[in-house]
Amino acid sequence: MSEAPGFRIDVVSPERVVFSGETTQIITRTMGGGEIAFLPGHAAFLGAVTENHTRVWLSDGTIMNLAIHGGFVEVSNNVVTLLSDGAELGNEIDIERARRALERAEEQMRTEHTAEVEASLRRAHARLAAAGGLAGVNAGH
Amino acid sequence: MAGGQERILRGRIRSVQATKKITRAMELIAGSRIVKAQQRVAAAVPYSEKITDVVKHLSAGGAVGNSPFLAGRPDVKTTCYVAITADRGLCGGYNTGVLRATEGEIKADLAAGKNYIVVPVGRKAEGYLRFRGYNLGQGFAGFSDAPAHSNATEIGKYVVDLFLSGQVDKVELVYTRFVSAGNQEVVLRPLVPLERELVAAKTDDHGAADAGGDYEFEPDPESILNSLLPRYVEARIYAALLNAAASEHAFRQRAMKSATDNAEELIKNLSRTMNRARQDSITTEIMEIVGGAEALSSGEDAIVISSVFGMENPFVSSDRV
Repeated sequence: MSEAPGFRIDVVSPERVVFSGETTQIITRTMGGGEIAFLPGHAAFLGAVTENHTRVWLSDGTIMNLAIHGGFVEVSNNVVTLLSDGAELGNEIDIERARRALERAEEQMRTEHTAEVEASLRRAHARLAAAGGLAGVNAGH
Repeated sequence: MAGGQERILRGRIRSVQATKKITRAMELIAGSRIVKAQQRVAAAVPYSEKITDVVKHLSAGGAVGNSPFLAGRPDVKTTCYVAITADRGLCGGYNTGVLRATEGEIKADLAAGKNYIVVPVGRKAEGYLRFRGYNLGQGFAGFSDAPAHSNATEIGKYVVDLFLSGQVDKVELVYTRFVSAGNQEVVLRPLVPLERELVAAKTDDHGAADAGGDYEFEPDPESILNSLLPRYVEARIYAALLNAAASEHAFRQRAMKSATDNAEELIKNLSRTMNRARQDSITTEIMEIVGGAEALSSGEDAIVISSVFGMENPFVSSDRV
């Protein structure tokens, strides 16, 4: 099992299987635990995932960007399952829209500081990061 | 006079033909939507399977202690029924099936001296149940054709709230399960508290080599479980909504197919009646002409008739002229 060069990842949202394929490394972010990377042969793991920009190293060397809007990650038998409430591929995200959503969320943040607003800000941030449009936006959050 | 009847029949045939065109179109649309709805049901399966797996693994890791989702209440006083129907009619017995099953459960509860609350999903459920004065919770409507996961999330949040706040002790789903394109059935499925079998998998999985207590958790298993179980409930509701949508289209296709067939039958019968009426009026006309001609020829005025018709009168033999 451990000599296998890669392992499998399934990114599943309630409405469809977003991505399924071979990978060599995955970085995501768990709730309260910060970023975590999985390499082949990782021990069985179960975690709650927060809104984040997940990076998946594919077998051919390219990096796939995903915006994950909360969910769970399970690792067992060299298979990573990312169960997400909403998952978007970076290249499917409209950068302009994501940027506007981020600005809106930041604006709201100034007036009311609720968990909901905070979550939408994190979501917007994750989307923009996954779309590769974060350059130029302040990273102070 | 006789022509009047013919015209009325012609008008009716035209109107039935127009109706037939509409029902035929609805049949075809429903038919194409079944396929799409079926694909959506299939697309949602991986998520619900995986989330079930995760819950099982969690319980295998010993996380399932005393989560309120899993603890059944010994004394069930109030049951919440989530009745999933369509927003529109014209789908045969689809809505009535679900509503009748719901009413049956309510009556049984009332007879046993228990309370109930109905959460109507779909305009038809709300209209029907409100008119009859049932005790309703919040209604959800406007998405029965193609439900999105966000719809399931809304419903899930609401019923989980009802359950956790103690307003209800049990939540059950009433919906139409899509077995195949030719077979759907109304089912009643417990939703919260979660079924024991989910937790009972604990013992099974301990035996299996791949799962068990050797998972790493982040954050701790209890927090994962607390955010996981609402998601699990939502996934169950979503699956029910998708099944209901597929069933609705199947029911509508069947209802519209029989409506089209009926229209065809009606057109056939009306055409026959109309043809008979036309034949009758023609015969009557000929008889009148013949009768008139006879009467005139006996008065030796046959020439007048032939000049009136502008042709030779076949009923008057030429040698008499």
